[in-house]
Amino acid sequence: MATLLEIENLQTHFFTSAGVVKAVDGVSYTVDEGETVAVVGESGCGKSVTAMSILRLIPWPPGKIVGGSIRFDGQDLLQLTEEEMRNIRGRDIGMIFQEPMTSLNPVLTIGLQLTETLMAHTNITEKKAIERAVELLGMVGISEPERRLVQYPHHLSGGMRQRVVIAMALSCDPKLIIADEPTTALDVTIQAQILELMKDLTKRLGVAMIVITHNLGVVARYADRVNVMYAGRIIESGSAQDIYYNPKHPYTLALLKSVPRMDQARQAKLDPVDGQPPDLSKLDAGCSFRARCRFATVKCAQEYPALEQVSDTQYAACWEKDNLEEKAS
Amino acid sequence: MSTTDAAVRDDAQFRGTHSDEVLVEVNDLKMFFPVTEGILIHRVVAHVKAVNGVSFQIKKGETLGLVGESGCGKTTTGRCMIQLEQATSGEILYQGTDITKLDSQEMIDFRKKIQIIFQDPFSSLNPRMTIGDIIAEPMKVHGIIDDPTERRQRVLELLTKCGLKANFAERYPHEMSGGQRQRVGIARALAMNPEFIICDEAVSALDVSIQAQVINLLEDLREEFGLTYLFISHDLSVIRHICHRVAVMYLGNMVELADCDELYDNPLHPYTQALLEAVPIPDPDLENARAHKIVKGEIPSPINPPTGCVFHPRCEKAVASCSQNVPEFREVKPGHWVACTEV
Repeated sequence: MATLLEIENLQTHFFTSAGVVKAVDGVSYTVDEGETVAVVGESGCGKSVTAMSILRLIPWPPGKIVGGSIRFDGQDLLQLTEEEMRNIRGRDIGMIFQEPMTSLNPVLTIGLQLTETLMAHTNITEKKAIERAVELLGMVGISEPERRLVQYPHHLSGGMRQRVVIAMALSCDPKLIIADEPTTALDVTIQAQILELMKDLTKRLGVAMIVITHNLGVVARYADRVNVMYAGRIIESGSAQDIYYNPKHPYTLALLKSVPRMDQARQAKLDPVDGQPPDLSKLDAGCSFRARCRFATVKCAQEYPALEQVSDTQYAACWEKDNLEEKAS
Repeated sequence: MSTTDAAVRDDAQFRGTHSDEVLVEVNDLKMFFPVTEGILIHRVVAHVKAVNGVSFQIKKGETLGLVGESGCGKTTTGRCMIQLEQATSGEILYQGTDITKLDSQEMIDFRKKIQIIFQDPFSSLNPRMTIGDIIAEPMKVHGIIDDPTERRQRVLELLTKCGLKANFAERYPHEMSGGQRQRVGIARALAMNPEFIICDEAVSALDVSIQAQVINLLEDLREEFGLTYLFISHDLSVIRHICHRVAVMYLGNMVELADCDELYDNPLHPYTQALLEAVPIPDPDLENARAHKIVKGEIPSPINPPTGCVFHPRCEKAVASCSQNVPEFREVKPGHWVACTEV
């Protein structure tokens, strides 16, 4: 498959009164056509800021993309004018946010919000746009789509609203969809419905997707490849199988161990990651995870480990990556 | 990457931590919130049936899990039990005394025994008080420790107990992370030496690595002080880890109640089965091998719940009578209760 999106050494910093917060500090990854890539990490690790940087939606001040390149479908997004960028947002790259209530306009009808996107990006008459909106709502499993067009977001439940947001993201046949915690605000039975819908639609339409989430269970089912982020950098990357069965970074290992699992015997005690994530404005030259790491050595304090290949599909940024298994046992 | 290196919980020991003495008993609890219309004259046009006839018991030293999706009434049930809401009808017996009938002086005494830990560690701490004052406040109000120096000593002791440094007492909530704030909430609840603590989504807002720290803390405190918990959560894997028995709620009704292992290994109610089916497991091969039967439809409005069994419009196993007859909450095997006629 051809590469659709290539992020190289992306750096997004926030210039605050308390200092420079390096929210994203040298992130590189690629997304192939039709592929689903997950970005996993805890609050403040930079996973959403990376996504916002792709769309160039970082508010200045205080945030700014200070380095790197984002090549999407043959062009560098960071070199485009604001006008050109606007044509890409919503048309070539669709977006699904966490909170469906805040990503829909509460004073416009569902129909208007759907047709607005269509008419802004494609040469289409209003009549055709309405037909397409009905078709889209049907596609995302909303009953009586004609009636829904004249309803407002508050008439719909959380799950229904998220379906509308998915319909909007898909409306202009995008090549890539960025879904930022798409099901975090939803109940578990509704979450399952929405995830299955997204998986089915992206497969059928051949759309690539970046799923940003903190839920390791969601990643296991829906992602072809996984990037694990910590303190503004990718610390491990690989196929879902690599990450879950053979993690090579102590943080990934600790993350997997700290969740209680329903498919395994109940443990006497959970095995949490000690301590707190670091302050992103006070990072030093060493590995940012070392304070919480049980494998840390002297070298970890001196130099940040580069993301290096450990197998055909897997990369990890850790000085001790080859000794983990031995040390863990 | 399995749990082979971690100790698997010894079930006999885990179960043996509680006695047979019933600490709390809830009988046919109902909580209806009025829906009003009109600007000057508020006419009651309907009721939100948040909790519609719920009964259960909690034994001393036990952790009962209350699980369900948004709007199922789990939080309202918890709030009624600590009298933050006046129940519409029903009894709440705490060691045999009906707490819905207490006068205000008796209520003050009762409140010392029972505490609550809230979900949001940001809104449940007063931003203008130092951590030390926040933890000392309940002791001051209830006159547990009147001497300021002694009280201060106790605050430091509680902070240490909850895994925080003593110098945190001088800080303000905004200087702390979510996990640290939740520890403050726990320290404040412990200040009264309570017997019973309601944890209302106490770990839901925390990141997974921090969540595990707080769960371990809650378990340690349970052992050390012989606490009884009502653990309210929507997270089925957390509930399974921490609870002895689990009750599943749906739209104001209790649909199933059983021992933790029994409920997870042998769920009987179609809703419980659907819930368990919907939880994604962090294991790619297992996930792809699962059938993923997905429950259809949405949760109906609690203002106008479906007739008969409230789950029947979404239920695969529903028969004609489900839309008319309210299923009885019955014991199908010892300790396993379920509200479904088709079991």
